Amino acid sequence: MFNAITHSQIFVLDQDEALDFYVGKLGLEVAADVDMGFMRWLAVSVPGHPERQILLEKPGAPAMSEETAQQVRELVTKGAMGGWLILTTEDCRKTYETLLAKGVEFTEEPTERPYGIDCGLRDPFGNRLRFTQPKG
Amino acid sequence: MSGAVEESNRRMLRARDAMDRAYAEPLDVPALARIAHVSEAHFTRTFRATFGETPHRYLQRRRVERAMFLLRETDRSVTDICFEVGFGSPGTFSRTFREIVGRSPREYRREAVAAGVPTCFTMAWTRPID
Repeated sequence: MFNAITHSQIFVLDQDEALDFYVGKLGLEVAADVDMGFMRWLAVSVPGHPERQILLEKPGAPAMSEETAQQVRELVTKGAMGGWLILTTEDCRKTYETLLAKGVEFTEEPTERPYGIDCGLRDPFGNRLRFTQPKG
Repeated sequence: MSGAVEESNRRMLRARDAMDRAYAEPLDVPALARIAHVSEAHFTRTFRATFGETPHRYLQRRRVERAMFLLRETDRSVTDICFEVGFGSPGTFSRTFREIVGRSPREYRREAVAAGVPTCFTMAWTRPID
């Protein structure tokens, strides 16, 4: 039936700030940045892998009412919205040190797991991200 | 006004993350209020309004959850685990554990089954509610 997952979505509160974080700090690249008039289609991907994109969507009218958008914004900032990405890295500890020096907020330091070394962080808005150096 | 709520939520989340990360450290209200960049008087009230429980209770449940994890997944002694997760005395640990879990740490250990999922999920989903 299906071949691949091509696009996933998380809510961000400010797309320029999201670019600073996801591209400027995490080192992802812009896969698409299109002013569609009714919305800005902003997607990022791991460098060299445009086949899997993350849409950084700003909640707002007319997709949802201003009141609902406000509720979504509040859930994102409470860490309750479910924005949740897991990336892989070749060297978890080195990546951690690099991002820490850039002021990224970590929720968990690199930790040994049965499946590899991983750690956790938040984006500026409250979404959870993790990255893993898989074992073997 | 809405921007103020978002800013406040984010600050409270920062303090809650600190409890998830450094639960074994003596994180009192002054320390957490500093992390959240708010006054001590403001902190407990705002945290409770944001997450539905006091920071003290959140931290207790985080410590108990981590203790449950270690009771399930390791052979370490109950006393070791008590200090490892940040309790100051075995008496306080046993009392708090029983109050929250409904069983003693030893009873829990006998009955517990390993969860077998990544720790980030056990921390988010198995922190006991009262």
